[in-house]
Amino acid sequence: MSEIFAAKELTKTFGHGKHVVEAVKQVSFSLQEREVVTIVGESGSGKSTLARMVLGLLPITSGQMTFQGQDVTHLKDRAAYWRDVQAVFQDPFSSFNQFFTVRRLLHRSLRLLHADVGRERLEESLQYVGLTGPDVLDRYPHQLSGGQRQRIMIARALMLRPKLLVADEATSMLDASLRVNILNVLTDLRDELGMTVLFITHDIGQACYVADRVLVMENGLMVEQGSTDDVIFNPQHEYTQRLLSDVPKLHQAS
Amino acid sequence: MSRLVNAEHLRASYHTPDGREVTAVDGVSVHIDEGEVLGIAGESGSGKSTLGAILSLTARPPLYVDSGSLEIDGQTQALDGSSKIPRTWRGSVVSLLPQGAMNSISPTMRVRDLVVDVMRAHNRSVTKDEALDRARDRLASLDLPTRVLDAYPHQLSGGMKQRTVTIISTLLNPRLLIADEPTSALDVTSQKALIDMLLQMLEQKIMSGVIFITHDLPVLRTVSNRIAVMYAGKIVEVGDAEELTTAPRHPYSAALLSSVLVPEPAYRKMRVYGIPGAPPNLAHPPSGCRFHPRCGLVMDECHTEEPPHVGDQLRFSKCFWALKNPGQSVPLKAVTASSLSETDTVVEDDDDTTSRPDDEPSEVPA
Ligand SMILES: Nc1ncnc2c1ncn2[C@@H]1O[C@H](COP(=O)(O)OP(=O)(O)OP(=O)(O)O)[C@@H](O)[C@H]1O
Ligand SMILES: Nc1ncnc2c1ncn2[C@@H]1O[C@H](COP(=O)(O)OP(=O)(O)OP(=O)(O)O)[C@@H](O)[C@H]1O
Ligand code: SF4
Ligand SMILES: [Mg+2]
Ligand SMILES: [Mg+2]
Repeated sequence: MSEIFAAKELTKTFGHGKHVVEAVKQVSFSLQEREVVTIVGESGSGKSTLARMVLGLLPITSGQMTFQGQDVTHLKDRAAYWRDVQAVFQDPFSSFNQFFTVRRLLHRSLRLLHADVGRERLEESLQYVGLTGPDVLDRYPHQLSGGQRQRIMIARALMLRPKLLVADEATSMLDASLRVNILNVLTDLRDELGMTVLFITHDIGQACYVADRVLVMENGLMVEQGSTDDVIFNPQHEYTQRLLSDVPKLHQAS
Repeated sequence: MSRLVNAEHLRASYHTPDGREVTAVDGVSVHIDEGEVLGIAGESGSGKSTLGAILSLTARPPLYVDSGSLEIDGQTQALDGSSKIPRTWRGSVVSLLPQGAMNSISPTMRVRDLVVDVMRAHNRSVTKDEALDRARDRLASLDLPTRVLDAYPHQLSGGMKQRTVTIISTLLNPRLLIADEPTSALDVTSQKALIDMLLQMLEQKIMSGVIFITHDLPVLRTVSNRIAVMYAGKIVEVGDAEELTTAPRHPYSAALLSSVLVPEPAYRKMRVYGIPGAPPNLAHPPSGCRFHPRCGLVMDECHTEEPPHVGDQLRFSKCFWALKNPGQSVPLKAVTASSLSETDTVVEDDDDTTSRPDDEPSEVPA
């Protein structure tokens, strides 16, 4: 295994003076190739901010990032970076251009690929998320349900076969069956193509199922990180323990 | 307990620009008793949000209500396109907390401005102070700080934002609140706080009934009295929350339940399979039972005939298997026979869940 991504003491502050928000504070972590790593933590703890920095979408206040050994703290060629690093964003209601059909949205991403390969990938990716082209390609975002939009975003990211996929609450609006199918696709693509996945979720069940390692954020800080077995079944930090104790149960007894 | 809501024979379609009709809710009836939380789960795209729009009287083109009636507290309202719906019903009799609401508040508006807007939209003669007083009282009665009124949306945590929009959408004391995926974007701690608040509101009779839509079955079991499961525009099973989650009587419910990922050591090692096959396109749904192409218990009649309603209004399953096996729960292993055979049931007996051999075929049910 080799390291594909590393973050050193990443910090992000918003605003000035009295209104300053330290959303991410001195966070360090690394991702190994073929690893599925989950970030969990309360709402507002800085997970999405961290993800947006990893994606080069937010200027970094301080700290350093490397991708495949290259410094990517201040990206010069973002288009090139995004060929390898793809994202699925948290809110499928806002991350769509409302005036584009699904076809146009997906084709924009396909420009990077050869036409034949593109067509094949498009079909394949839609199939991964339980959709078919004729059913959805000519629709506008408002003609899709919440979960269908989320699935389009996942298909779009997978089409490009990224080396690193950053998925921010990407499965929150999917039913349990689709969700597990898509998680299986992600781990299969990891196995087949060596994809690395940074998976942000509040669902401890999903984290437990897919993740090799779990990172826990509280209030901008990374308070615990370790193997999934350690973090979920033997949490050390008091915050992680509390987070886990609130998990709702499917059955009373268990 | 007395009946709060009788919604009968709801049917609604989206009219697409190319002239097709997509019937997203097809012959659905919903019954809710006073003080009850009815949970709705179901497939993505099965019509849950559409059902929410119909019941909250917020259906607007391209969504057209073809038929149906809504009775709340003995007052009946026809819902089809030709009936005029009194303005006063919206917000004060039924209120909707839409999917994604917490992220659609304008970032330049303070919570207080939103409160005034919402109250005024309903009743022009309400003064600013009256509106804010009402909101302050409400926050106080739910043990929340009144200073959120002065905040901008981005200054609130996700959990606080969601509780705030919930409070705003119930300022008019609706009899029925429809909450569409209110917890999907929240961490478990904030989820719990929101659920506790909703139950507190029911207790204080701020509203008398709640429809709670989510994909999170453990959350649904915690919050609901009864659960309804939707598939392809229809409700396929309704039952007591505890009973439905432990002993489902419809193969689709059983299949959903068997896909739930539980944070337990066994789930680290096995491969859980979702339901094979793709969800149907509502523009041309399968004949007979709409689940038949994916059902492990499918019989001849399922291909062509509408499945029977087995049970009463408050607990039923629409299924031929249920008709032949009255009162029985679906054997989980049989449901998605092709996919679950190698793992084990993941709902009933955790003890004998076998771990997945590493050489398990890596293909995914498409
Ligand atoms: N553009 C911004 N301007 C000011 N503050 C911001 C901005 N974006 C995020 N924040 C703040 O940074 C903090 C972290 O937010 P972030 O969205 O990263 O949290 P999160 O862990 O993703 O939460 P959630 O689980 O709700 O998605 C929050 O306090 C948020 O209000
Ligand atoms: N404007 C539209 N035109 C055509 N079809 C539509 C339109 N809006 C929604 N639909 C379709 O209607 C069906 C029901 O959508 P709805 O939003 O009610 O689903 P849902 O059960 O809430 O799904 P989710 O769990 O993904 O939010 C979906 O299959 C969707 O594709
Ligand atoms: S047994 Fe028949 S009616 Fe019941 S869910 Fe399966 S296909 Fe539908
Ligand atoms: Mg976030
Ligand atoms: Mg919906």
